[in-house]
Amino acid sequence: MSVSVRIPTILRTYTGGESEVSASGATLGEVLEDLDARYSGIRARILDDSGELRRFVNVYVGNEDVRFLDSLATPTPDGTQISVIPAVAGG
Amino acid sequence: MSAATIVEHGTEKKTLREGAFGNATALACRECGHQLELGPFYACPECFGPLEIVYQFPQVTREQIEAGPKNIWRYKALLPVPDDIEQSPNMEPGFTRLLKAHNLGRELGIDNLWVKDDSTNPTNSFKDRVVACALSAARELDAKVFACPSTGNLANAVAAAGARAGMKTVVFIPSNLEKPKQVNSAIYTENLVAVNGNYDDVNKLASEIAGEEEGWAFVNVNVRPYYAEGSKTLGYEIAEQLGWRLPDQIVIPVASGSQLTKVHKAFQELIKLGLVEDKPYKVYGAQATGCSPVSVAYKAGVDAIRPVKPDTIAKSLAIGNPADGIYVLDICRETGGAVEDISDEEVRAAIVLLARTEGIFTETAGGTTVGVLKKLVESGQLDTSLETVVINTGHGLKTLDAVSDIVGPVATIDPSYAAFVATGLA
Ligand SMILES: Cc1ncc(COP(=O)(O)O)c(C=O)c1O
Ligand SMILES: [Zn+2]
Repeated sequence: MSVSVRIPTILRTYTGGESEVSASGATLGEVLEDLDARYSGIRARILDDSGELRRFVNVYVGNEDVRFLDSLATPTPDGTQISVIPAVAGG
Repeated sequence: MSAATIVEHGTEKKTLREGAFGNATALACRECGHQLELGPFYACPECFGPLEIVYQFPQVTREQIEAGPKNIWRYKALLPVPDDIEQSPNMEPGFTRLLKAHNLGRELGIDNLWVKDDSTNPTNSFKDRVVACALSAARELDAKVFACPSTGNLANAVAAAGARAGMKTVVFIPSNLEKPKQVNSAIYTENLVAVNGNYDDVNKLASEIAGEEEGWAFVNVNVRPYYAEGSKTLGYEIAEQLGWRLPDQIVIPVASGSQLTKVHKAFQELIKLGLVEDKPYKVYGAQATGCSPVSVAYKAGVDAIRPVKPDTIAKSLAIGNPADGIYVLDICRETGGAVEDISDEEVRAAIVLLARTEGIFTETAGGTTVGVLKKLVESGQLDTSLETVVINTGHGLKTLDAVSDIVGPVATIDPSYAAFVATGLA
């Protein structure tokens, strides 16, 4: 299952400057694992030491924040668009 | 900064002029301390934590500040702005009135109550403060477009400040926003974009655009560290207007939590600089129940904030995923304050209460804050013998719909004296 992952500016050093990359996996957790196999070290920037999403990163599967879904167990069907975005201040 | 420096942003290199950010020297991660050079950076490359401005403050005296202009630039030495900030066109927000609220205080049983009325800023909300600082940063970083995702007030402030600065502006709002806030943006910019979704959706979109477009300064995204410092001026002014001392208690509305965090930071800086005497003070956060993730976490005694889908008339506070929420929790707990929330009915009632006691027409954010103040008194969480400040952050004309059904003519009569007498008002 191939999905597309939007990479924030601060992680593009891992993807050679690419803002959007492909990865595969049936869940968000698997996608991040696959991403790490392709771009070594990137997963540890998104997850903390206990393997949870870092506090100040928002991950979206489609248009939904995964904290409203199943977090890392959120299904990622073929063609899913995933976005990794830093939290921002108020508006 | 000692000399002109070059910062890299994507493929672009920018030369910063000397003193572009005043006494600011670097950016540092609030979570892990990682330091970066000054530039259009907002998230820590190590842990995604928010970047904050690091300063090397000079000796600043009360007299120097008092001799400054009657706007936020009187505090320019404490902000990430150049010394010649007043030479460039800006909206000159700030130094709004601090009103002794005798009637409201009597009504609530608070001996010594003040309202900091920020609805009198150029576009009628406290957002003019943060935008003025963001504009300075955008200018120094040579941005071509001034932009924001917004719950309404920020869009108004960005659109107006951008117009005055002669910059192209693009502002993004949730499509269900109050009509007056839409008009208040669209009057200043031809580029108001309504997005189908809530503020958190708009925010996500803005972050994606910020990651792709060169030369766009999203005030609360990629120039966020500079933007957020503008809220400190609320804290500085309250202390200065009280005669250079801190209040005992302060009640502040919470959406992203940035403002509350920065008012506390301002008080701490004033203490450190010796401009006010060190003393304990309590900080209280106010939310509407329909979007109260920080209040829920406070009451549950937990540190993690669960995002929510907002459903409240307090749309300016409708941020379901508050970036600075955990800092609000820390500050309110450490200072002995609290975070509380109230229903939309209570928000409406508090708007009317403030108007009929103090002659101040606040928007739903201020209704939330005054209503929470009332609830804190009733529940015994707030000490009514202590000097208290409540912040009104925005003007009621922007959210007329919130109260248009609960106030109106007491009678509709023919133009005759007899008809008037019949109303019983004589
Ligand atoms: C009138 C008003 N008050 C308060 C706030 C909350 O500010 P913050 O996001 O800094 O908590 C906002 C935010 O949009 C606002 O518009
Ligand atoms: Zn960090």
